[in-house]
Amino acid sequence: MEFDLLTSLYIFMLACFIGFELVRRITPLLHTPLMSLTNALDAISVVGAILLVGEHKSTFTTVIGTVAIVAATSNVVGGFLITDRMLKMFRASGPKK
Amino acid sequence: MIPGQETLIEIAYLCATALFILSLKWMSSPATARRGVRAGELGMLLAIVGTLIHQEIVDYRWIATGLVLGSMIGVPLGLVQMTAVPQRTALSHAFGALCVTLVGAGEYYLQAPAVPRFTMAVLSLEVILGALTFTGSLMAAGKLQEILPQRPITYKGQNFVNLSLLAVALCVAAYLVVHPEQTALFWVILIVPLVFGVLMIVPIGGADMPTVISLLNSYAGLSAAAMGFVIGSKLLIIAGALDGASGFILSVNMSKAMNRSFSNVLFGAFGQEQAAVASTQETRAVRSAIPEEAAAILAAANRVIIVPGYGMAVAQAQHKVRELFDGLTKRGVDVRFGIHPVAGRMPGHMNVLLAEADIPYDKLFDMDEINGEFPQTDVALIIGANDVTNPAARNDTTSPIYGMPILDVDKARTVMVIKRSMSPGFAGIDNPLYYLDKTLMLFGDAKAFVGDIVRELSGNTRG
Repeated sequence: MEFDLLTSLYIFMLACFIGFELVRRITPLLHTPLMSLTNALDAISVVGAILLVGEHKSTFTTVIGTVAIVAATSNVVGGFLITDRMLKMFRASGPKK
Repeated sequence: MIPGQETLIEIAYLCATALFILSLKWMSSPATARRGVRAGELGMLLAIVGTLIHQEIVDYRWIATGLVLGSMIGVPLGLVQMTAVPQRTALSHAFGALCVTLVGAGEYYLQAPAVPRFTMAVLSLEVILGALTFTGSLMAAGKLQEILPQRPITYKGQNFVNLSLLAVALCVAAYLVVHPEQTALFWVILIVPLVFGVLMIVPIGGADMPTVISLLNSYAGLSAAAMGFVIGSKLLIIAGALDGASGFILSVNMSKAMNRSFSNVLFGAFGQEQAAVASTQETRAVRSAIPEEAAAILAAANRVIIVPGYGMAVAQAQHKVRELFDGLTKRGVDVRFGIHPVAGRMPGHMNVLLAEADIPYDKLFDMDEINGEFPQTDVALIIGANDVTNPAARNDTTSPIYGMPILDVDKARTVMVIKRSMSPGFAGIDNPLYYLDKTLMLFGDAKAFVGDIVRELSGNTRG
């Protein structure tokens, strides 16, 4: 698919604004899980690593790409896991006291 | 090629993007936050599956190896103790940055010598940000895990050396944009930022960690966005921008909470306020109390606000604090928690520890929410916090922390401070709070002392 530079810059800018607006609303209560969640989302860079390895254009890129996949995947798995563990602990006072 | 396959992949990426945005949106309240995690997971799954069906992929063996190995490392990293969350977070920033840096290096290796100018520019940015975040985060994790000395190490001209290194990397990057065929120079924009990352964290002390972790979070996101430009992935640009924005907001919050200017944060000039306060060692009188007295005062109170700090985390006192919370609540005492934004070692650190100890989150209040409540409070109980309660920040213009927003504990009727000794806190600043007539010092280990108070309280109930 065609990749247009200017369009990409627009996308980047809009995504930054959305990010600001969304994160501003997040209560300080959840700032630690927020950071581990964004960490997991950020590991979407695994997509780039998968393409680099899968194209298999040279042994060098395949090897460093594989290391990259390992690093990013550990963030995906670990990040979502710990975020959910943390959020499970947050409970309101009330019915189940 | 299967017809429409490319469209299918693009649709998968589009859905993943929407799910990522929803994921952040749902994080705004504890009631919907777990749904946010589900959305994020689904988005990630879609994106990875979408990528795997790419027609350019000819070999799956290495990919499978990487995914399996990564999962094997990820599971234990997802199961660490809650007290280890700050160092785990720093470590995962390092992993994210490592991935970005390696892919950047790989892309350059494949495309050199004929790299288009724009690609070379964002590629340089990707590698520089990725490399400095990688070593910087490893250093931060090492300090938090106490493998490395936690004390800030400073020397003369430190900022000059650091900024020069960064300038060298940026200049070489600019040269590479014009002459991408100078492949040897690529090593410079890889290695110099690696060194810079280490030096950047050397002067950082423990209390600066919340700001630094947030900043590294932001860098990790921005480097991923840069990678999105390099490989032409809108999904990556958006995910990176979201992460970058999130880390940016958190670091601005943290710097405000420490009364640091914004440029101070951007240029990474942390830990420079290690003002060696010439402590006038006149031994001023303090009032101290034993657990029995503390328990009696707490039991007689109507409203209590507990102010936790890093000392509570170090002493692992959060479960004893929960027992205290339960004991007092049972007696009809209204107990709330007042939490300073930079309490602990990362944003929200105290909230997670208290939630782990099963304290309901509607009893946890941010500084701005609770500060107006102290004048109507009978007892402010400070557990392992120091500088964030120092009234000198409000009225002593000569104090190094002057201007820093603090919790107004001194406005409560009685203040009790659990502390190991009279030694000053991290910033080395004396705390006038301790010499007030209304202040009672409770000397001892936080966990043991709270345990003693709890025992006294339950003893009274039985008697």
